[in-house]
Amino acid sequence: MKLLKLSLMVLVLAIFAMTGMAQAGTLQEVQDKGFVQAGVNGGVFGFSMPDEKGIWKGIDADTARAVAAAVFGDANKVKFVALTAVQRLPALQSKEIDILCRNTTQTLTRETTNGLNFVHVNYYDGQGFLIPKKLGIKSAKELDGATVCVLPGTTTEMNAADFFRSNSMKWKPVVIEQTAELSKAFFGGRCDCLTSDVSQLAAHRSVAPNPDDYILLPEIISKEPLAPVVRHGDDQWYDIVNWTVMALIEAEEFGITSKNVDEMLKSKNPQIQRFLGVTPGMGKALGLDEKWAYNIIKQVGNYGEIFERTVGVNTPLGLERGLNELWTKGGIMYAAPLR
Amino acid sequence: MEALSANIKEDLKPPRVNIGIIGWVRANLFNGVFNSILTIVMLFLLWKTIPPLLQWAFIDSTWLAGSASCRQSPEGACWSIISKNFRFIIFGFYPYELQWRPLVAMIILFSLLFYSRNRNNWKKSLGYAWITGLILMGILMKGGLLGLKSVETTQWGGLPLTLLLAVFGLTAAYPLGVVLALGRQSKMKGVKVLSILYIELIRGVPLISLLFMSSIIFPLFLPEGITINKILRAQVAIILFTAAYIAEVVRGGLQGMTQGQYEAAEALGLNYYLTLRLVILPQALKIVIPPTVSILISAFKDTSLVVIIALFDLLKTTQSVLSNPEWMGFSREAYMFIAILYFAGCFSMSNYSRKLERELSRG
Repeated sequence: MKLLKLSLMVLVLAIFAMTGMAQAGTLQEVQDKGFVQAGVNGGVFGFSMPDEKGIWKGIDADTARAVAAAVFGDANKVKFVALTAVQRLPALQSKEIDILCRNTTQTLTRETTNGLNFVHVNYYDGQGFLIPKKLGIKSAKELDGATVCVLPGTTTEMNAADFFRSNSMKWKPVVIEQTAELSKAFFGGRCDCLTSDVSQLAAHRSVAPNPDDYILLPEIISKEPLAPVVRHGDDQWYDIVNWTVMALIEAEEFGITSKNVDEMLKSKNPQIQRFLGVTPGMGKALGLDEKWAYNIIKQVGNYGEIFERTVGVNTPLGLERGLNELWTKGGIMYAAPLR
Repeated sequence: MEALSANIKEDLKPPRVNIGIIGWVRANLFNGVFNSILTIVMLFLLWKTIPPLLQWAFIDSTWLAGSASCRQSPEGACWSIISKNFRFIIFGFYPYELQWRPLVAMIILFSLLFYSRNRNNWKKSLGYAWITGLILMGILMKGGLLGLKSVETTQWGGLPLTLLLAVFGLTAAYPLGVVLALGRQSKMKGVKVLSILYIELIRGVPLISLLFMSSIIFPLFLPEGITINKILRAQVAIILFTAAYIAEVVRGGLQGMTQGQYEAAEALGLNYYLTLRLVILPQALKIVIPPTVSILISAFKDTSLVVIIALFDLLKTTQSVLSNPEWMGFSREAYMFIAILYFAGCFSMSNYSRKLERELSRG
C-alpha cells in the first residue's frame, strides 16, 4: 500500500515536472517544430476540403496558411489534421493542434468553459431556408405547417425549432444524418424546405438537377460567426493569429493583392508602409519578422482573393460577399488599424 | 459386327428428362408445387432487376467524362466519380508525386500474402521475407531513408491505411488473443483474474467507444506537449478490441480438448510450453478456424469505423469526395466501388480459410 502511494506520488510529480517544462509558449513551440499544426474540417467544400490531389482547399485552409506565412514566411509550413465536431475542442486543449480553423461558431460557453479564444471572424454565416420556387413563398414566416429537412444534433435543428416556436408556427422536421442524403431527400421532394447554414445551402443548391428552380428565403434566423480558435492563456499566439486575419482584411481595404504587393512596397502611403514592414515596428511587436504581412499577402492573397477563389461567385458554391464584404462596401468585415 | 451394335442398343439410357440440364432443372428447381412457384417468382424478380441494373451500370453509364456530362445523363451510372478521383480515394493525402511508394508497398504486401497462401512455402525463409517486406514497406511509406522524402503519418490515407490497420491489427491481435485465452485457463489466480477482467471489459464496450477514448479522452491524460500518433492510437484500439474476441474463440477450442490430450502429453514428459506447442494448440486452433476467420473478417470491416475519428481511410476519402459539390449525389456509385473492394478482401479471406480447413483435415 505504501509502495502504491509512493509510486503514485512520483507519477504525479513527474507529470507536473513535464507540464512545467512545456510552458514555453506556442510561438516558440511552433518555431521549434518548424510548422503550424492546424485542425480543419475535411468535409466542407469551400471551407476546408482536400481536392482530387489531396491538397487542402478552402477559406479555413487558407487562413491557416496565412498564419504559417506570418510565422515562417512560408505558407506551406502548415500541416492539416481533419477533425470531427466532437474531436475539435479536445484536440486544441490537449495541444495536438496549434490553431483550429474548422468553421467553428464563436459562442460564450466555448470561450469560457471550454477554455478557448476565438480570434477575428473569417466568415459570417447564418442559418437560412432553401425552397423550391414553385412553392410560391416569399418569406420564411409563411412556412407554417412545412416539412423541413434538417441535419440532426447540430445547432441548426435547435435554431429551426426556436424560429418556428417563436413565430407560433407548426413544422415537421425530417431528420437525415448524411449531408448527401439530405440534399437527395430535398430534391426528391420529401420536404418543402431545407434548412442549414447559408454557405451549406449554396452547396446543396449547386447540385440540384436545375439550380434555378430553388431560391433562398431572405430570413437569416441565426448568427454564425465562424472564426479560428486558439487556446486560453497564450496571448502572444492569440495576437499573431488574430492579427493575421486582420491583415488579410486590411490588405483588401488598402487594395494590396498578391499580384501588386511588390509594387505596393514603393507606396508613399505611411499606413501601407507600416503594413508591409517598409517602416519597421509591427513585426517586432508581434514577435515576428517585419515582412510578416508582406509574406501573407504575397503567398496567400488578401481576404477578397481568398474568398473569391474558395467560395465566391465563380466557384460551385457561388456565394455573394454579403455580410463578408468590407465595411466600406456594405458588409461588416472591419479590421482594426495596424499601427 | 451387327450383334455388337445390337448389344449397345440394348443398354437402356435413363429417360432424357432425368439427366442432363433438364434433369437437373427438374430435380432442383421444379421438384414440387411450392418450389416451382418459388422458382418462377425468383425468375420474374431477376428478369425485372438484372437488365435495368446492367443497363444502368454498363450501357447508360459514364466512365471518364466530367461530372457535367454525368448530370446530363442521370439515367446511367456515373463511374467518373471513381475514375476522376481515383488517386485521392486510393491514396488520400499522400503527396501526389510520391504515390508510387504506397503503390509499391501494397504490391509487396499482396505478393507476400499470395505467396504465403501455400502452406508448403511456410518455412523459416518466409518469415525472413515477411520481416524484410515489412521493413521495406515501412521505409517506403515513411521515407526519410535511402534518399526518399519523409512523409508524415498524418498524410497516410486511403487503401494503404485501411490495409495497414487491418493487417497489423489482425496479426497483432491473434497472438495476443491466444495468450489471453491461455491466461483465462491458467491455474495462476492473478493471471486468470486479469485475463477475465480484460476480456470482459473490452468485450463489454463497442469499438466506437474505444476509438473515441483513444482519440479524444486519452490525449487529455497525457502530459502537455506529448502527443501520440493518431493512427497508432486507433491501431492499438483495434488490436485490443479484436484480441478480446479472438481470446474467447480460442478458449472454445481449448475447452474442446479432452483431458486425455493433456495427460498424454504429460506422460511423454513434455513441459507446459511444449504441451501447448506440440499437442494442444495445433488441434485447438484448427477446430476454431471458422469462427476465427469470421472475427477477422468483421475486424477487417470494422477498420472503417475510424471514419468517426477523422482518419482518412478508404471510406472517409470516398465520403470526402462525395461532399464536393461537383460530385455530390453520386453516392451509389462511390459506395458500390468501395463495397466491391471490401468484398474482395473479405471473400478471399473466407475462401482461404475453407482451403486451410480442407488441407488441415486431410493431413
